[in-house]
Amino acid sequence: MVYPPKVAKEPPLLERGPIAWVRRNLLSSPYNIAFTILGLAILYMIIPPFVKWAIIDANFVGHSKADCTGNGACWVFVKEKLNMFFFGFYPHDQIWRPELVIASAAALGAFAKFVRGLHPFKLLLIVLFPIYAFVLLHGGSFGLPMVETSKWGGLLLTLVIASVGIVLSFPIGIILALGRQSKLPIIKSLSVFYIEFVRGVPLITVLFMASVVLPLFFPEGVNFDKLARALIGITLFEAAYVAENIRSGFQAIPKGQYEAADALGLSYWQKMALVILPQAIKVTIPNLVGTFISLFKDTSLVMIIGLFDLLAMVTVTANDRDWLGMDTEGYVFVAFVFWVFTFSMSLYSKRLEKKLDTNNK
Amino acid sequence: MAEQTQTQTETPREAQGAPLPETKEDKKAIHPLGEPIIQIEKLNKWYGDFHVLKEIDLEVKKGEIVVVAGPSGSGKSTLIRCINRLEEYQEGSIKVKGIEVNNDVKNLKEVRSNVAMVFQHFNLFPHLTILENLTLAPVWVYKKPKKEAIDTAMYYLEKVNIADQAHKYPNQLSGGQQQRVAIARALCKSPDIMLFDEPTSALDPEMIGEVLDVMIKLAEEGKTMITVTHEMGFARKVADRVIFMDAGQIVEENDPETFFHHPESERLQLFLKQILNH
Repeated sequence: MVYPPKVAKEPPLLERGPIAWVRRNLLSSPYNIAFTILGLAILYMIIPPFVKWAIIDANFVGHSKADCTGNGACWVFVKEKLNMFFFGFYPHDQIWRPELVIASAAALGAFAKFVRGLHPFKLLLIVLFPIYAFVLLHGGSFGLPMVETSKWGGLLLTLVIASVGIVLSFPIGIILALGRQSKLPIIKSLSVFYIEFVRGVPLITVLFMASVVLPLFFPEGVNFDKLARALIGITLFEAAYVAENIRSGFQAIPKGQYEAADALGLSYWQKMALVILPQAIKVTIPNLVGTFISLFKDTSLVMIIGLFDLLAMVTVTANDRDWLGMDTEGYVFVAFVFWVFTFSMSLYSKRLEKKLDTNNK
Repeated sequence: MAEQTQTQTETPREAQGAPLPETKEDKKAIHPLGEPIIQIEKLNKWYGDFHVLKEIDLEVKKGEIVVVAGPSGSGKSTLIRCINRLEEYQEGSIKVKGIEVNNDVKNLKEVRSNVAMVFQHFNLFPHLTILENLTLAPVWVYKKPKKEAIDTAMYYLEKVNIADQAHKYPNQLSGGQQQRVAIARALCKSPDIMLFDEPTSALDPEMIGEVLDVMIKLAEEGKTMITVTHEMGFARKVADRVIFMDAGQIVEENDPETFFHHPESERLQLFLKQILNH
């Protein structure tokens, strides 16, 4: 008995397209139907009033509180205080400097996309850019007036803390993770002690230590920059979390990968740098980005040691006598800015995961 | 013979006009066995309290094809993994080309540059393309110029009939293709000795043939090979010697003819009956 070949057909109409999607995801069971209705009701209660407040009834035009009439949001406040939100107390006439730094960072990012792989030039930029940014922001040389770090604030400060924290905690975290994997007992126990100790302490404590307790150990008259102390504290704190993320990546690598690298004659460092770490980091990207997103938001804690990041700027600006009672607009705006950054980070991580996925291209 | 003195510089033998041997006897005439290249003496190994290798004595000559057979857990994989020190051992000695396989970093480097291994699960590096898998060790460990490493890699990919996949990633290939890539990767450092650790055990039946064909080709070219395998057809066709291991010791070793048709020990007779008559 031989059967003739059969032609592939489309699935039945109700099983494909948007109808099938709605049936499967929204109306598949009585519970599901109930939750769908409940969800729609909640959305109905939240979204229209918010849209009414934030857009329909809102005031966009004007220069003072008096221009804000009606019950809607007063975006005039945000518009007038935008420089404060973005740059804190950075002198008005010098704001081109942070703007230039941010513009060049964006330009370099776009440029880096065109240079493939880990070109040595990229590595050079990672070292040179922070120096360039520091010289430009801090000044005091090349004829630029000095702007002390205590004047930095707002989004600028948030970005400085977050990017320094991310860029520095990453290599330190890798070294700690390797240390924790090490066969040498002293290195291993030092790494384990460091990681577990730091993870046992809240970030607020670390910042407080860095800002208040650390100076007690300095000799009289030595004044170590407050922002630098906070940066060191945050970097060392995050490094422990990065290390644990990467360690979980190591555990996902099959033993055969180590053996194949050994059998090919690779040294320990070659094996780690060329075979194990690239794979370990790849599987940890979602976790790593999660850690970096919380780092980004945790920067707000520097408020506790008297640095004014983006969130702290709400308090500062809404305490302006001309703009009292504008906290809501400030918080909504700041939340939106935070969301733009964190969401971009998670989009980037998704893209990176896809790009590095070598399973089915 | 010229072949004998040629150790490091692996040049295409077909290109030299040397005919591929038709039978095992022909092969022996073209590539007579050389000096002992692996010497294992009184090797003992324990996993904790478990005695996995018991007083192993084994000598392999240059150009010899040795097949190691035996039930699972008999220590055959452990034995060949000791030769390139993927496993450490507690007593006895292993010498590869006269170099002691021990903790000494310099010795280890020397040994691993002479011994290549092919694994049951291929162990290709999934984040690198096929070509990158092959050039990784030559470029980083043996400091070959990139161009030369790529040429060598393409030569061996050609040889295992997979050159057209050079820019794909390992997970895009079938198991048989991956294992052939793994063999090409092992060949890229021109090793004197190839260790095969159950190279076909993880493959679908229809892919075993293509991998065995590559291995047979290597064997016919006079490469020293130690192969742990259950493929008795391969053993019969190319092995100079078959070793039967059970419970951590070598029970019997013989030429394939005697091994398969006149097994001496009762244990081997039983084993052959189990694997051949089903």
